[in-house]
Amino acid sequence: MTTRLHIDWTRCDGHGSCAELLPELLAHDDWGYPVSRTGEPEPAVPRQLDGLARRAVSACPLQALSLRPAG
Amino acid sequence: MNAMLSTALWDLGRGTGVAALVAMTISLVLGILTRSGRDALGLGRFGLNEVHRTAALTGVGLIAVHLGSLLFDPYAQLRLVDLVLPFQGSYRPLWLGLGTLAVDLLGVVTVVSLLRHRVGPRVFKAVHWATYALWPIALLHALGTGTDAATLWLDSIAAACVTVVTGAVLWRLSPSFASRGWHRLPRQVAR
Amino acid sequence: MMLTASAPPLGERRLLADHPSSPLPRVSTKELIDLLTHAGLTGRGGAGFPTARKLASLDGRRPVVVGNAMEGEPLSHKDAVLLQHSPDLVLDGLTILSDALRSSRTILALGARVPAPQPRRGIEVRRLEDSFVAGQETALVNQLNGHDPVPTDPSTPVFRRGVDGRPTLVLNAETLAQLALVVRHGSEWFRSQGHPDDPGTFLVSLTASTERLLPQAGVLEVRRGIPIRELLERGGTDLTCLEAVLVGGYHGAWVPASALDAPLSRGGLAPYGATPGAGIVHLLDVATCPLEAAARVTEYLAEQSARQCGPCLNGLPRMAETMRRLARPGADPRLVDELARLQTLVSGRGACKHPDGTVRFVASTLRVFDRHVDEHVRGYCDRDLPRRTVR
Repeated sequence: MTTRLHIDWTRCDGHGSCAELLPELLAHDDWGYPVSRTGEPEPAVPRQLDGLARRAVSACPLQALSLRPAG
Repeated sequence: MNAMLSTALWDLGRGTGVAALVAMTISLVLGILTRSGRDALGLGRFGLNEVHRTAALTGVGLIAVHLGSLLFDPYAQLRLVDLVLPFQGSYRPLWLGLGTLAVDLLGVVTVVSLLRHRVGPRVFKAVHWATYALWPIALLHALGTGTDAATLWLDSIAAACVTVVTGAVLWRLSPSFASRGWHRLPRQVAR
Repeated sequence: MMLTASAPPLGERRLLADHPSSPLPRVSTKELIDLLTHAGLTGRGGAGFPTARKLASLDGRRPVVVGNAMEGEPLSHKDAVLLQHSPDLVLDGLTILSDALRSSRTILALGARVPAPQPRRGIEVRRLEDSFVAGQETALVNQLNGHDPVPTDPSTPVFRRGVDGRPTLVLNAETLAQLALVVRHGSEWFRSQGHPDDPGTFLVSLTASTERLLPQAGVLEVRRGIPIRELLERGGTDLTCLEAVLVGGYHGAWVPASALDAPLSRGGLAPYGATPGAGIVHLLDVATCPLEAAARVTEYLAEQSARQCGPCLNGLPRMAETMRRLARPGADPRLVDELARLQTLVSGRGACKHPDGTVRFVASTLRVFDRHVDEHVRGYCDRDLPRRTVR
């Protein structure tokens, strides 16, 4: 059961803390919004990045991130 | 209580009060920098947010000591009720009342911020706007209540704080600020 | 279980046949799910999801049932025709579900172009603000909840929490009408038309970019899997002027005139990246420059963004601008690469499938009209600009 990083696009305003904390998973697009680097729109979070992912979720000023268990 | 202890408590109260004002000034400016979505001061976006929170919580801690020391200092004539209900105090009630108001606001902002994931981003943001009222109220309280008003050192600190906050707020109000440094169309947040 | 006083409609004319009124059979949720599973009914609103599964996924008691007759897509006219001609079928579908599920509310949501039916007890009819995205499931639920008609984050599906915070079932008006017929006449009857993998009939909104290509635009009811050619002939199309067929509306894909034997079913259209969708079939005249038409569609789609999600709000206008530049002869060949880049950039990045649908349309345009793209790059276009244009 993988954990995936979900972006609530109705909240995301391209602040950018998440891409700073998780550069392996996220880059930014032409307009500052996070874009997945893994090829899937919701990047799977590997075990070693789990702690950082949780911090990113907590730190997002717009609460646009969440971690969800998914296949 | 002997005079020396009372003076010590009074000094602690003044000191923490001014330190809190500085901490809150730093927090406000860093808050604006956080909202700007820019990397600044070599801290990065995540770092700016973290220091903003740390400065704010430091300010809260300093206020707690500020209130505690003045509660215990008989010279200050501060009662518990004065911590919550403004303008009821015996010592300089107007200026003290502003301090009470600031503490009330600070309490709400702090609790909501710590519980932001529970209340959701809309409530968090709405309450956070109150910090723009909190800061000037705290400043006026500092200038009016303290016996240090019109001293060079307090006036200099106050002037420095006003300068940076004014600059930051003007930047916050500038039209290019909202897009967080990106060339893009503004989103329409739904009702 | 299936007691009906009226004989089942024969042939392909079902929804648009005459329906003498008769008592509505009562079914339980379980019976209904079984019936719909055997019938193989899929949604007629665009996504084509199996209706039985949607019903089974409802989570919890006293759900809300919503009939979607928003018809926000400009090329679509079928829900208006259905509510005009056979409103009782749609209401029957709602009543059947309302009784089976013991719904707390049953709502029929109408867009601006859809006529209201005669009132029926237990069914709230709401005339709502419509736009291209307002008919999207979460956007519809959002509007019914008193908020803006824009999509919400899909991580909380409406079948778990929707209208009034309750589990909500949203079905297209035509799906509801088909459901009512299945309950009255049975699953075997339903499967007697159409394809084994895609049974039944459906309503097609047939329009064209010029009048000479299709003198009479309209809505036809045909069996699933009908070859496109047969549909067009029945609609009165002048096939000699036909360049290509847009299947699935503005979020759909093109089928070239050389491939008219393709059946209008999921399987038949898959090779073209298309699905029957909500039954929108739009014809392109040989005289119309396909890139000009596509640029106009892309501009419309960009304008219809709900503007909530950064990648869609910013990416779609960029795609439209790029398509517009490609539509001018003497286009820079690098525009095609830019379109490919933008497509990857906006796909899957938004609260709804609006950017993905736009990408599907643009990708299909570049694929099917690749020769025409080449001509534009080389500096010429052999079409007259049409007077009657797409939309």
